[in-house]
Amino acid sequence: MYRQSRWNEPLIFEISREGAVGHVLPKLEKEISAQLKEATNEIPKHLLRAKLNLPEASELEVVRHFTRLSQMNYGISVGTYPLGSCTMKYNPVANERFASLEKVQNVHPLQDQRTVQGSLELLYRLEKSLCEITGMHKFSFIPAAGAQGEFLGCLMVKAHHEEQGEHRRKMIVPDSAHGTNPASAEMAGFQVDVVKSDETGCVDIEELETIATEETAGLMLTNPNTLGIFERNIEEIVQIIHGAGGLLYYDGANLNAIMGKARPGDMGFDIVHLNVHKTFSTPHGGGGPGAGPVGVTKELQKFLPAPTVEYQSATHSYYLDYNRPKAVGKMKMFYGNFAVYVKTYAYILMMGAEGLQLAAEASVLGSNYLLSKLRTLRGVAVPFDSGEPHKHEFVLSLSQLAKETGVRALDTAKRFLDHGVHAPITYFPLIIDEALMVEPTESEPKRELDNFAEVMSKIIEEAYHEPKKVLGAPYNTSVGRINEVKASHPKTLCLSWRMKRGAPR
Amino acid sequence: MKHTVFSHPFIANSATADWKSMLSGLRIKSIQDLYSDVPAKFLLRRKLNLGDPLSELETFNHVSRILANNRSYREMSVFVGAGTWLHYIPAAVSEAISRSEFVTSYTQYQPEASQGMLMALFEYQSLMAELLEMDVVNASMYDWATALGEAGRMSARLTRRREVVVPRFASPERRGTLQTYLDPIGGRMVEAAQSKESGQIVLESLKEHVSSDTAAVYLENPSYLGFLETQVTAVAEISHDAGALFIVGVDPTSLGIIKPPGDYGADIVVGEGQPFGNPVNFGGPLLGILACRNDLKMIRAMPGRIIGMTTTVDETQRAFVMSLQTREQHIRRGEATSNICTNNALCALASAVYLSLLGKNGVQELSKHILAKTKYAIERFSAIGTVEAPLFKAPHFKEFTLGLKDRHADDVLRELLKHEICGGKSLAPEFPELGESVLVCVTELHSKQQIDNYVETLDKILG
Repeated sequence: MYRQSRWNEPLIFEISREGAVGHVLPKLEKEISAQLKEATNEIPKHLLRAKLNLPEASELEVVRHFTRLSQMNYGISVGTYPLGSCTMKYNPVANERFASLEKVQNVHPLQDQRTVQGSLELLYRLEKSLCEITGMHKFSFIPAAGAQGEFLGCLMVKAHHEEQGEHRRKMIVPDSAHGTNPASAEMAGFQVDVVKSDETGCVDIEELETIATEETAGLMLTNPNTLGIFERNIEEIVQIIHGAGGLLYYDGANLNAIMGKARPGDMGFDIVHLNVHKTFSTPHGGGGPGAGPVGVTKELQKFLPAPTVEYQSATHSYYLDYNRPKAVGKMKMFYGNFAVYVKTYAYILMMGAEGLQLAAEASVLGSNYLLSKLRTLRGVAVPFDSGEPHKHEFVLSLSQLAKETGVRALDTAKRFLDHGVHAPITYFPLIIDEALMVEPTESEPKRELDNFAEVMSKIIEEAYHEPKKVLGAPYNTSVGRINEVKASHPKTLCLSWRMKRGAPR
Repeated sequence: MKHTVFSHPFIANSATADWKSMLSGLRIKSIQDLYSDVPAKFLLRRKLNLGDPLSELETFNHVSRILANNRSYREMSVFVGAGTWLHYIPAAVSEAISRSEFVTSYTQYQPEASQGMLMALFEYQSLMAELLEMDVVNASMYDWATALGEAGRMSARLTRRREVVVPRFASPERRGTLQTYLDPIGGRMVEAAQSKESGQIVLESLKEHVSSDTAAVYLENPSYLGFLETQVTAVAEISHDAGALFIVGVDPTSLGIIKPPGDYGADIVVGEGQPFGNPVNFGGPLLGILACRNDLKMIRAMPGRIIGMTTTVDETQRAFVMSLQTREQHIRRGEATSNICTNNALCALASAVYLSLLGKNGVQELSKHILAKTKYAIERFSAIGTVEAPLFKAPHFKEFTLGLKDRHADDVLRELLKHEICGGKSLAPEFPELGESVLVCVTELHSKQQIDNYVETLDKILG
């Protein structure tokens, strides 16, 4: 039986003891320390800090504290983590080593470009690889995450139409789309038109035809979609949108299923973002950092933000190109999450063409295999199932289970944790009641897939015979079931130690 | 196309008996059957042009060979900052953030199994809140620039106004990002003058530019160009009198000695947390700080994840969980306060470990170190007579301007590079009114000898 570590660990503020020190700075040379008094005197008194309430702890106390916290955290390196659309594949540890190299970490982005040729060459080579994988013409590395890539993509859609002298205000998004799609479209100033899914879980073509008008700026699509189903009418979808004068945006969250098998560029997509922290194995780090590079067609490349990474053959050197008059505005500081791209690049090298393709195939095989073991379970349905194979993920509905036992998807998820398996995504996509969205990835051995199926079967058994047990889960995690409502209620809201200790406002 | 199933370390079942047994379990002969729904015309009929898989060793050699063409600060003296800064990272920070339980975890959708990261992020929020003297800090943004962009939109949302007043010498990259984020809501930036002599915001100009359209006034302190703004209280008053919010941008390494923005009327604070335990990494990932006061309206208008403290359902244990998720895209979709989803949590964790280690005394020492070194460098440069250091008569922290009079900054920087010195960032392209000048950065990492060497080399070059 699984048992997660359960330390009754206080907050670092509660560990604090006055006078304790966890790290000391070097002693200042006397010529420098001699300047401190005068430098301080130059600052007006009213601009000097009076008090500072930070904890004080010895180095071991700090090390122990964070080691204990790590032991109360579940990661891919601990066990199966089948979050749908999150592609929790193995994060090769070698990549962490590569990204920790001195020449990655301690190189400043504003150094003379002759001293950063290595970084520029790596990005340039990576760009070529990403173009080849997606079938796009050119990439920007700047977006910090998939959502920022979407924001950039939407801004480029807008720039494209404005260049044509058009003000198209509407972005079409399927009802099964990730929440970021409508959020990004709205953020970029578009109104969102939702197109519903048909009985096979794909974009309803008839409805799309009526929605797509001269007001349509574009369509944001994930393919395979969030149900893990390939949009087999993709050619028609592209014709409808292009026919209406709109652009096609590819949300790369689910690219893992088709790497080396099919390319968004070949399907007719104009803009693509990738989530390298999904498809290309860079770790999620408990929420980030990731990176969301954006690729475009030749026609749209002028809109990519500055700078881009270029090569000058005459001097055999790489450079940052700021001369991009049509580029959409600045998205963030500097050129993108370089350390993350080192991992991306190394991953692509280690996989090679055949490895990427095999990863896609293995992810699809694993997903279909697992689905075949789960679909017959009592109380479980596979909505929108047309008998076609799924891709890298699938979505189950537990609504019958919920009706018959009172055990909901949420409860099932909590019970998974007791078995040392992370729960799938719950309640998404929104078009499925009591959804469990499962993506096992190519990294999971068959034994773990079998285990997952067995655990789920046990949970369902339990739901029918001893529902209270499931409703009270989890029991084996660091803490029992959490009161989430209390965490957001105005009366009990506590978002910092400062709020907890009631610091004067 | 020939199809091969081979053994690969990252693909668990390939070339094992399990592969075949999974296929036969599905009653299919070939993996291709699982792609029968992809229209034939879109199936790639060739191998991607990417080369064969490399081993870890080959990859290490390959990546190292490319990166050999980089020069790190261990090979030369790097005096450039301007948005990301070289600092020492204690080993205990690197160790903590290398724990794979943290590294390989996702956003905490199952909080009961993710208490470690949730508590660490709550601590990041708490440590930063104490440092800024703000009540609420979110669990991270991408960087200072995007935090500012979001703060601008947040202000517009709260005030139903569209303009953000920005001082002339604010970071151009941050200003540009703010503009990008404001554009889609019809927002615009209005520039307030800053004195060419002292860098201080011209209060008359500020008053002229604030109006009933002003959503927020933005101020950087210390500024992008390193000088401190001393009239912070007056700026806060002018903002608030106009019904606008006051956004302050900070380099938090200054806050061991400089008064925190929460103490002089800031409503929203943004900043760059990278200096606390994160490498410069050729510009990313960084760590965007975004904070606000304990005001429910403001908190609900905030973008991004926020971790809250609560208890278990049975109330026997303290617990942590993502709070106020109804602001976010996965719940609110098109109506969300922002589209941000993936953030920079691991960088926030590094900051939490760093701040825990340094603690109260360490952070004060760090600020003093940087302040004293900045002053020392300014004094040394001033003494050579051929440069103006700094251009602004004001106290400086970490960065300062070096006026080169009639010499071209690019030429001087190129000469310096021959002596293994990366001398700073040329400012004329961004601020022509400053003439040929360079933005120089010193931190606790720069030794007295490195600073002396820079000064002496520059003296020779300008000879």
